[in-house]
Amino acid sequence: MDWRQLWEICSAPDNVPIVGLIPLLIFYIYLAWKQARANDELIGQLETNPAMAKTHHRKSWPFRPGWQKEIHVWPFLLRMEFLVAMIVTIILMVWSITLNAPLEEPANPNLTMNPAKAPWYFLGLQEMLVYFDPWIAGVVMPTLIIVGLMVIPYIDTNPLGSGYYTWKQRKFSIGTFLFGFIILWIAMIIIGTFIRGPGWQWFWPGQTWDHNRLIYEVNRDLPDLFGITSNLGKAIFGGIVVGGFYAVGGFIMHSLFRRYNPKDYKRMSLLQYSIMMFFVLSMVALPAKMLLRLAWHIKYVWITPWFNV
Amino acid sequence: MPEENGNGNNGKRVGLLERVKAGVKEDVQSLRSDMPAKAKEQIEGLKDPTKTQVYTSIFRHKHDDTPRNRALGVLSNVFLHLHPAKINRDAVRYSYTWGMGGITFYLFIVLTLTGVMLMFYYHPSKVQAFRDVLYLEHDVPFGKLLRNMHRWAAHLMVIAVWLHMFRVFLTGSYKKPREFNWNIGVLLLVFTLLLSFTGYLLPDDQLGFWAVTVGTNMARATPGLGNEGPFGHMLGMTPYNDVRFGLLGGSIVDANALLRSYIWHCIGIPIVASVLMIVHFWRVRKDGGISGPAAVMLASEVKEPKK
Ligand code: HEM
Repeated sequence: MDWRQLWEICSAPDNVPIVGLIPLLIFYIYLAWKQARANDELIGQLETNPAMAKTHHRKSWPFRPGWQKEIHVWPFLLRMEFLVAMIVTIILMVWSITLNAPLEEPANPNLTMNPAKAPWYFLGLQEMLVYFDPWIAGVVMPTLIIVGLMVIPYIDTNPLGSGYYTWKQRKFSIGTFLFGFIILWIAMIIIGTFIRGPGWQWFWPGQTWDHNRLIYEVNRDLPDLFGITSNLGKAIFGGIVVGGFYAVGGFIMHSLFRRYNPKDYKRMSLLQYSIMMFFVLSMVALPAKMLLRLAWHIKYVWITPWFNV
Repeated sequence: MPEENGNGNNGKRVGLLERVKAGVKEDVQSLRSDMPAKAKEQIEGLKDPTKTQVYTSIFRHKHDDTPRNRALGVLSNVFLHLHPAKINRDAVRYSYTWGMGGITFYLFIVLTLTGVMLMFYYHPSKVQAFRDVLYLEHDVPFGKLLRNMHRWAAHLMVIAVWLHMFRVFLTGSYKKPREFNWNIGVLLLVFTLLLSFTGYLLPDDQLGFWAVTVGTNMARATPGLGNEGPFGHMLGMTPYNDVRFGLLGGSIVDANALLRSYIWHCIGIPIVASVLMIVHFWRVRKDGGISGPAAVMLASEVKEPKK
């Protein structure tokens, strides 16, 4: 165990935000989960007790008749805002006094940094470079992330759970978002920050960075495993595999979604349904490709003269 | 002045002197008697500054503790009138919004202030840029604190935007009628990341240089528009005319890239982001204020639209 190495990575000034992000996320997930559970309990009660549903104020916080439903922004909201601004300022001040922003040697194109890392908030994409070509990891994925986020309000047809925390009423959408945000975005950033060392190789936390380590990986392409040698054959084969992933995956998704989310399924238009399918399957494709690479050393699935997937 | 003869005017002169004397006496008398009275009045007036002309010219209403004035205090103030006068009693609970949108906005303001101050010491040119940062760190009074605050506030802002988006998702706040504002939000997220990214190069050190090199190398692979991307060659892309060249103003990260970064970072993106923020806040109000904490809805109460 190389504590020094571990300390150096964790205390590198630009990594500190990520070290801070982890407990922050845990705290806020806990906060959301606590409220979701309270609301879900209330929903359960109200569903079994229609009389109560008629009179209840429908929030998990106490409310007594006679209490005002609305309060003045001045002072009740403004004092909160002032307090929060003060606290943020204090945190920022203390942080800025105790920790200096990094400044390395002057830029030198002839002296490559190893590892050369993108800013931490893009490390998820850089990590994807291990598994995908740059045009996918660097261009297609960011585009899909942005477009995917933008279509969310238009494909989520579930009217429940608007304006309060809940889990039971929105299992699928919250589950999908957590998968995308926590696993595909945050976890990849954490790997990129704490695990990737020189040559973008995998070093466990506390393992000494060995700048001379070489790993002989013999990567194969999927068509090779099937003995396909002609270029045309590879292109067609890959197209079938990728298309097949979306077709078979789509079918499995369909049969699950139809069963477990019948109401949403009924509400969704064909366009909404296909867009949702496309994005969910594309998200699942990332761990699928990672698995292919890690378990079977497969580099490309689809090889064409113009691009490889 | 016409010549005056004899003592003819003597009496008059004495009269004038008398008059002046009497006048001065009166003046002194008035100073003695009026000024203390005025001073008293003035001090009385200070006890209630809200009645002064200066005050009433600034604040357009009284400050009495009445519901009307509490509301006016918010509505008649250009900065506060983003808020409604009254809100849902639970909406001020920290546990609902986590205050993250507000924190993001506050950090943006901090970044603008510290950023403008940094600009006084910074030249976006090769060699000079790095020296400016050294100068800032070692010689400018509080320069190091200034730079640290700008950097850490930027990192915090990225984290705060993510958490804000996360909370908006978890509370389902993107649902009708807030779909459009969620989209404005996604754009704000992109611009926040781009702001941070363009700032990374500015110290012109190894860290920024290689981070931006790694980042923009990806642009090389843009399908159709990058010289190494799929179909790039077919469309005539070379390292000297592709999208990466356009971003960097050259085929490598050099002086032009530094200048472009600087202009995007200090002028272009902040303006776009500010405009988007204005729209974002406007829409929060127009969409009916903050979405919750709303009363829970039961599945049995959903009205299915008739098809
Ligand atoms: C520079 C970045 C941003 C700023 C300064 C900002 C600011 C705010 C503020 C002050 C609010 C009021 C409620 C609150 O504090 O939570 C708000 C609400 C909202 N924001 Fe943002 N925001 C930003 C980015 C985003 C992003 C990235 C998204 C989503 C992708 C988003 C979506 C929304 C939505 C839908 C609301 C309404 C929420 C509700 O009614 O509960 N915003 N924003």
